[in-house]
Amino acid sequence: MSTKTLYDKLWDQHLVKQRDDGSALIYIDLQLLHEVTSPQAFEGLRMANRKPWRISGNLATPDHNVPTTKNERREGVNGIADPVSKIQVVTLDENCDEFGITEFNMMDERQGIVHVVGPEQGATLPGMTVVCGDSHTSTHGAFGALAHGIGTSEVEHVLATQCLVQKKNKNMLVRVDGELSPYVSAKDVVLAIIGEIGTAGGTGYVIEFGGTGIQSLSMEGRMTVCNMAIEAGARVGLIAVDQTTIDYVEGRPYAPKGEQWDQAVEAWKDLVSDEGAHFDNVVVLKAEDIKPQVTWGTSPEMVIAIDQAIPRSEDQTDPVLKEGYARAWKYMGLEGKSVLADITLDRVFIGSCTNSRIEDLRIAAEVVKGRQVAESLKQAIVVPGSGLVKAQAEAEGLDEIFTQAGLEWREPGCSMCLAMNADKLGNGEHCASTSNRNFEGRQGFGGRTHLVSPAMAAAAAIAGHFVDVNELVKH
Amino acid sequence: MRAFTQHQGIVAPLDLANVDTDMIIPKQFLKSIKRTGFGKNLFDELRYEDEGQPDQECTGRPLREDFVLNQAKYAGSSVLLARRNFGCGSSREHAPWALDDYGFRVVIAPSFADIFFNNCFKNGLLPIQLSEENVEQLFQEVANEDGYALSIDLEAQTVTTQSGTSFSFDVDDFRKHCLLNGLDDIGLTLQDQDAIKSYEAERQQSAPWLFVNKG
Ligand code: SF4
Repeated sequence: MSTKTLYDKLWDQHLVKQRDDGSALIYIDLQLLHEVTSPQAFEGLRMANRKPWRISGNLATPDHNVPTTKNERREGVNGIADPVSKIQVVTLDENCDEFGITEFNMMDERQGIVHVVGPEQGATLPGMTVVCGDSHTSTHGAFGALAHGIGTSEVEHVLATQCLVQKKNKNMLVRVDGELSPYVSAKDVVLAIIGEIGTAGGTGYVIEFGGTGIQSLSMEGRMTVCNMAIEAGARVGLIAVDQTTIDYVEGRPYAPKGEQWDQAVEAWKDLVSDEGAHFDNVVVLKAEDIKPQVTWGTSPEMVIAIDQAIPRSEDQTDPVLKEGYARAWKYMGLEGKSVLADITLDRVFIGSCTNSRIEDLRIAAEVVKGRQVAESLKQAIVVPGSGLVKAQAEAEGLDEIFTQAGLEWREPGCSMCLAMNADKLGNGEHCASTSNRNFEGRQGFGGRTHLVSPAMAAAAAIAGHFVDVNELVKH
Repeated sequence: MRAFTQHQGIVAPLDLANVDTDMIIPKQFLKSIKRTGFGKNLFDELRYEDEGQPDQECTGRPLREDFVLNQAKYAGSSVLLARRNFGCGSSREHAPWALDDYGFRVVIAPSFADIFFNNCFKNGLLPIQLSEENVEQLFQEVANEDGYALSIDLEAQTVTTQSGTSFSFDVDDFRKHCLLNGLDDIGLTLQDQDAIKSYEAERQQSAPWLFVNKG
């Protein structure tokens, strides 16, 4: 068998040692670090008197805990009001100093959400293995890189050895054929995929996303798709390298230059699955069938198209689903509601490692431009993914468009995606959110999250409830 | 790492599918820079009526009476019985830390999310995958009998009920070996440091762009 999938190739290129028991030692090219999952790993290193194996194989930035209001940010770590959050951010600064690891700290314009920062800097390159103590590390698979989230013990393991002990996963291909409709974005595509295969559909697999519906996406869009591979149960999402990938990487600060660039591009051209390569599972979706998606429940698989009725527990046959739906209905307060438009929204959040890149902000701005946020809304915030995304958006005047429409323009960070800082939902509040998880309590105690694309979140902010963005822009 | 060989303990049934790591340990408790002390906040939102805060004393907080861990008959349980896709969501290792700190040594479910599954082994916590039918049978048995306990033998790869029924489970050799002997992964990997060095040297030649210095 000489044909290989992209995953097979990446695996083979990083295999340091195959062990007899079926496990393998895999070399890690890049580890990204943030303040929440690294302190215990650094502590472990210190306790065992170990040094990082290769310092240049690491890059750090705080993101989960950092405040996103100008006032708090002005003073850097000292401005963090929550003392516990502050300790974590300070600890990251200290650990990076002590071990000599490059960190974009809170005062650095390059600071941002790790998964936005890595690609933006060209730290993430095609053909790499990338890990981070964060499940959305799958994002970097958009570059044809083998990237996945790990736990803190493994963060320590990679710091100490630049390797991970792994077992090979199975290959799954998710193909999206055809052409996407207007205002149907990468987010809708990946939500539709999760709706199709379920949140455990990809467990044990590496998912490669392919087909014209994927190839036509920008790098930003591809990152959105791979970001949510983990929400389909797959630790890794992958997209083959093509000209779009190479054009995005060229000229980035850590990308190769000159002769090395040519050499790298030559090598990257092979980062595709061979014709006829074997996949253990293949799922095909038609791009034309995908409509703007909205989650109604407390799991990303509880998702429907904007024009569908909210599914009811009593219509389910599987007892586990029946129970799960009933619980979700109760938590989400859906009694007496039948369609998404019946839900009154309290807040709108545009941001997170799923949708906080420049393209996401451009489309949201396009939708709200010249319109006003619904009066019934308590808050609508836009949180750019990094300091550089923020600067770019401001250079294009997007911040003005947002603030004129009544949305708040914030400083970069994870923010309301997981509500570790002050940005959070109140008990029972409904939020249209461009993030990736609608779990119970994810955005705040008792908060009710509905996952949508940036265009749909923007449209919801204007209407005060969910609407098909295509309808809204017509008027 | 603490070794795991055999264990016998009371079973707590958590009859819920897709239990995610946000449920196991909500994010406000992730602000700790330690590995211990998470047990009192395990399943915080399911367990208490109010919203928990880090560093808060938990005795005296209002309990959700219907939650499994709040029921007297499951006091002292150390085997958690759960439904499919247990541990999905965030990669936080705080989830196995919290389960461990609370006193769980084993989690049994029909399926687990990959990262959580992997994280358990690093912390001497044994995740056991049994078929949907076997898990269903255990849920029924635990509902019918107070003080229901199971015996787990990692060496033999079996889960045995008090009436003597035995289910076998799979576990891969490397993980089993590490868990049985309480081995530290890093130490093991460093035994292969020559292999890592020669791999690195070769890669530096063939793909030098992977080794840029970040400054
Ligand atoms: S934006 Fe949300 S999902 Fe992404 S890294 Fe931050 S907290 Fe995690």
